[in-house]
Amino acid sequence: MNFKLILNIAFHLLQARLKQTIVAAVGVTFSIAMFIALVSFMNGLNDLLDGLMLNRTPHVLLYNEIKPSENQPIFLSKEFKNKTNFIRSIKPKDIGKSIYNSKTIIAVLKKDTRVIDVAPKVTSPVFFNSGTIEISGVINGIDVLSEEKLFKISDYIVDGNVTDLLQNNSIIIGKGLSDKMLLSKGDIIKITTSKGNLASLKIVGISEIGIAEIDNVMSYTSLATAQKIVGESTNYITDIQINLYDRTSAPAVAKEFRNTFNLDTIDYQTANSQFETGSTVRSIISYAVGVVLLIVAGFGIYNILNMMIYEKMDSIAILKATGFSGNDVQWIFISLSIIIGLAGGLFGLLFGYIFSSIIDIIPFETASLPTVKTYPINYNPLYYGIGITFALFTTTIAGLFPALKASKIDPVEIIRGK
Amino acid sequence: MENNVILETKGLSKYFYDPVKFQVLKEIEMRINYGEFVSIVGKSGCGKSTLLYLLSTMDTAYDGQIYIHNQLVTGKTDRELALIRNEKIGFVFQFHYLLAEYNVLKNVMLPGMKLGKYSDQELENRAMKHLKTLDMEDQALKMPNQLSGGQKQRVAIARALINDPLIIMGDEPTGNLDKKNSDLVFDIFNRLTQEENQTLLVVTHDTDFANRTTRIITMEDGKIIS
Repeated sequence: MNFKLILNIAFHLLQARLKQTIVAAVGVTFSIAMFIALVSFMNGLNDLLDGLMLNRTPHVLLYNEIKPSENQPIFLSKEFKNKTNFIRSIKPKDIGKSIYNSKTIIAVLKKDTRVIDVAPKVTSPVFFNSGTIEISGVINGIDVLSEEKLFKISDYIVDGNVTDLLQNNSIIIGKGLSDKMLLSKGDIIKITTSKGNLASLKIVGISEIGIAEIDNVMSYTSLATAQKIVGESTNYITDIQINLYDRTSAPAVAKEFRNTFNLDTIDYQTANSQFETGSTVRSIISYAVGVVLLIVAGFGIYNILNMMIYEKMDSIAILKATGFSGNDVQWIFISLSIIIGLAGGLFGLLFGYIFSSIIDIIPFETASLPTVKTYPINYNPLYYGIGITFALFTTTIAGLFPALKASKIDPVEIIRGK
Repeated sequence: MENNVILETKGLSKYFYDPVKFQVLKEIEMRINYGEFVSIVGKSGCGKSTLLYLLSTMDTAYDGQIYIHNQLVTGKTDRELALIRNEKIGFVFQFHYLLAEYNVLKNVMLPGMKLGKYSDQELENRAMKHLKTLDMEDQALKMPNQLSGGQKQRVAIARALINDPLIIMGDEPTGNLDKKNSDLVFDIFNRLTQEENQTLLVVTHDTDFANRTTRIITMEDGKIIS
């Protein structure tokens, strides 16, 4: 088949109906541009909201959970092995929050190629004392450098510097706490642990995550300081946080580590399943709107091609009489719609990018997100690929039916009708 | 002798079904030899145009067989028939059917470009040569809507000639033209048979036109009577 000739004819037909062609292409352009802008914005928003929670949640967390022992003494008895045993009033067993042999586990994890980094943590409930008032809260002893590497906590420090935590007896407290206790950077805060230990720490910073429940109770200190406050040795670690290069593999890795290290593990997907659901729903909505826009544009193309066929009946008839087969005529009309789809789609990508850039510079200031200044946009090239594929797909389908109709036109009927 | 036959039909019948079943063509047996200038005449409704469209391979719903150049064309696919039309048959209709989007030269070249036998440059030369013999070379770059009716018909003839067809078929090619232009078209056809030995088959109701051709086929009620 002579595609050059077919394309040439298609182009000439388009030129003859330039205005309608442009209208059809603008329909595609508009829908693709809106699709790109919408998906980029939605995904930017998704990333932001996911980041709010997920970036602070380790992909895999290793810890000791307080729970009843799975192997009750009765199961060890040979006599009752094949019986069904009912045990009443089981109490959970506290094996201690400390992770046994934590140093070795951390060393092994650091060598694992799937792991970005490991951040050990000591968490303990404490009371913050202000005069006669005691406010309950949580103190997190963190390895400042690896915590910063994995979770970018410096993003949420509104006053002070996270590296100041490396000094002995320093603490960063949540904004809610500092507001309640009228404390600011440089002040001294008194802390009582649940075991009655007392400590005075110097405030070197204020953190604000944007979630009041967390900001009201949270505080950070160095690993060594936290171990000292709870009165434990330097081996005392309550949580091991791991981030993976491939975060989707977290559930599998969590399961593997649970068996390897005989610890409780939780992956971020299980911990934040409601966030994943929200992201999925938002994505579905934006794709659905995009597809609907494209279908509307597809109907526009269908109409215009149909009209063109009625107008060009004579031309189709003579093309067939002089040796173009039905197939050739069909390809002429399919290439017509592909040209419209391609031109409209490419402009759509361009305008989509421009719209996204405009959204990207609109100010979006919110107290809860100190690092965010403008609306978030995700410029993933994948969306542009999907956009142009959608455009070509819908326009080809829209062109297919008129093209089939054109290929079936009987030239005798038209020529004899004159 | 056998090789001289360009077009042959055997037991060609055609029915119309709408509104009632009606036999338009009844067992037509005919033969057209190389170099003949044949006209088909007959009253309106005698089936002469229908016969032409069957012979043109555009209408494929018939009984019987058609041979073009001793080759059976009955039952071939749409694509094969399109190729036969492209290569072996030139058409001139009552209406010119020029494509409004192309200029005269391109209109003439189009069937040649489809055939793809010659390069574009060569095709252009051939198209110009045909336009020249039809006295149209100075109109080559005009658009069809800038031409008169007679000129358009001459362009259509040039288009029919571009692939050196075995036979040119005409359906009332002078039907829309005045006396002067009709004579012009006849002269062109006549010259083609005289000088180039071109085979022509023309359906007409213009008796003047028919009387000057080398052979007249008269039809009545779906049959050839002479």
